[in-house]
Amino acid sequence: MPLMWNILAARLHQKNRTLKYPDGPAPELPERFAGAPEIETGKCGENCDACLRQCPTGAILREINTGELRIDLGLCLFCRACERACPSGAIHFTHEYRLAAARREDLITGPGREFPAEARQALAEKLFKRSLKLRFVSAGGCNACEADCNVLSTVAWDMGRFGIQFVPSPRHADGILVTGPVPENMRLALLKTYEAIPSPKIVIATGACAISGGLYHSHPETHNGAADLVPVDLWIPGCPPHPLTILDGLLRFLGRIS
Amino acid sequence: MTTECLLVRNARAFPFAACPVVEMPAFRETVIENVRLGARLNALFAMFQPENDTLLLLAVMAHDADGSLRILATRPGERYQALTPACSQAHWFEREIFETWGILPESHPWLKPIRFLPSRAQDVPSAEIGRANFFRMDGEEIHEVAVGPVHAGVIEPGHFRFQCHGETVYHLEISLGYQHRGIERALAAGITPRTLHYAETAAGDTTISHTTTCCQAWETLAGTQVSARAEAIRAIAAELERIANHIGDLGALAGDVGFLPTQNYCGRIRGDVLNCTALICGNRFGRGLLTPGGVQWDLDTALAQNLRARLAEIEADAVSAIELMFNTSSVLARLEGTGVLTAATARDIGLVGVAARACGLSRDIRRDFPYGIYRFHHLPVCTWSTGDCFARAYVRWLETRQSFRFIREQLDALPEGPISSSVGPLRPDSMAISLTEGWRGEICHVTRTDANANLTVPKIVDPSFHNWFGLACALRNQAISDFPLCNKSFNLSYCGHDL
Repeated sequence: MPLMWNILAARLHQKNRTLKYPDGPAPELPERFAGAPEIETGKCGENCDACLRQCPTGAILREINTGELRIDLGLCLFCRACERACPSGAIHFTHEYRLAAARREDLITGPGREFPAEARQALAEKLFKRSLKLRFVSAGGCNACEADCNVLSTVAWDMGRFGIQFVPSPRHADGILVTGPVPENMRLALLKTYEAIPSPKIVIATGACAISGGLYHSHPETHNGAADLVPVDLWIPGCPPHPLTILDGLLRFLGRIS
Repeated sequence: MTTECLLVRNARAFPFAACPVVEMPAFRETVIENVRLGARLNALFAMFQPENDTLLLLAVMAHDADGSLRILATRPGERYQALTPACSQAHWFEREIFETWGILPESHPWLKPIRFLPSRAQDVPSAEIGRANFFRMDGEEIHEVAVGPVHAGVIEPGHFRFQCHGETVYHLEISLGYQHRGIERALAAGITPRTLHYAETAAGDTTISHTTTCCQAWETLAGTQVSARAEAIRAIAAELERIANHIGDLGALAGDVGFLPTQNYCGRIRGDVLNCTALICGNRFGRGLLTPGGVQWDLDTALAQNLRARLAEIEADAVSAIELMFNTSSVLARLEGTGVLTAATARDIGLVGVAARACGLSRDIRRDFPYGIYRFHHLPVCTWSTGDCFARAYVRWLETRQSFRFIREQLDALPEGPISSSVGPLRPDSMAISLTEGWRGEICHVTRTDANANLTVPKIVDPSFHNWFGLACALRNQAISDFPLCNKSFNLSYCGHDL
């Protein structure tokens, strides 16, 4: 009996904390949060390449014809090294958390590109809109992407509300969610897991590492992310992506929100 | 035959030439004798010397009682007499040295790959990941269970091989390497814009502590004085990291024994703590907070007040969720007596951090080798004597309470001053040993500069490197169904081990 009272007292104390999002407002992001970056190429100094030199992953690209700068969010660590290096304040990181895209090329930002890009996918919407079971494969993930995916299963984010769930067997899954740059030592395990999932199936690459190798891009020990080994259907950038970025990506992909 | 080592302090640069290079037999006996007298082997590793194209073998040993580190070097040649038979703490290090450099520790009892790297030795073929000469028991009713690399939950990959009779595990062999990303190789090649990010992601749940370890080595080699304010902000972030991970672990332990209220509350509370870190630097894991010379983001009065208010709520939530678990007899019955490790075994294999303190070993870098703000503000070391899953859970909770108190005190009296100092040119031909106490335990970075003052990090040791073998020992004579519980009670890093 005392135990039951303890449990009830704790339950009253903890209250109901599940987010209202997406029916209500999205949870507040911290003031210093780094979302999608913006570049105003017009402000760039002549022949200045300060941001390109400081970027740890080579995520900043210069268009050959126009000289305009673009940022590949699939490589970007959102570390603000470019923002700090820029002598003319041409780069800043916004609070835009909606970063996921269904096509790799849509992760490249810059003038003339709409952002956030469309992430909706017809097959996913048709088959998995109300129930998506995912097998989680960490392939060189540092446990940050893992933690921010894990948190989606807690009572606060509760992605089970949308029928989305991580399942313990590939046989029960509709697809895999991959994190990490895919070390050579994980190549076979990733391929076998993919093969063990019944078709039709999807692959979600979460975090800069899984999209492009990220910080480990061009390391001979890794495969520069999942895409060389398995066909990726949804790309969720970040290092790690904020849980809100991941959930938004999943919901837009499934056509649950627009 | 023993010889004098070089005595140094934590995170203090010294001229590399001062490190004595002795003959192999003297090196071997000195290390064994130091460990026999109570020293811990922080690192035993080979380091390539490009200036004379040779390999040096270095040992870093910590004497907790007087806060001194001892260093000794030797030229191992192609083979040498293994230390492991006389010094269990060397076991995993010697396997690493053999795998990475092809130097053969003769009569090592268990010489198998630990990361399955491509072999550098001419006559040793590269091992295929997961294919090892696993220890086997034979007998009619003996069976073997293989788990991983991909696991059922949202966790990193690793392979576990159990030898069982019925439900009872007689032997567990842990085979890792799936997370090998080449961090040590990259760090040993010199500074690039990626260097600090490697430290941030060596074990991504330990961003603050690994980056602090990296920065303080860099700073001492540059003779940079970090302001007290920056040190306080680093320590606040490090203790937030500890609280977040400890609360997450306690929730997961509750889940592993099927006590859902605490599991659910803690999952959410952990996120609330990560959000506090994001208030300071924008990132829930503390990415981008540290820089050599200090920190990138200040903690002004308004932010300090905001944090204090949030942490008061979080602590009340944590007390409600976690004391519920420790007051529930069915939870205690599952935790107590499960996965016991004795203090003697823990000492022998050189366990660090929470796992060691849960065996009654009072070791904590924040007290024994104080660095940063911990030199002036102390935290009591929390221990428990039973060495079981309960002890590993309860030490986490005791530490969590201390960390809350510590952060409150820091926020109440944040030192004035700049948040970062400029980092001058590095001192050439020098070395620094940098230790911190991450939430899992001791983190060690060995950093050096060459004649042209180019900085390299030839060795990183994550606490998991010391502790994985402890998990294997704790599983002996346990029910295999208790493996998830025992594993979570250690909660070691796969990527921090594989690097």
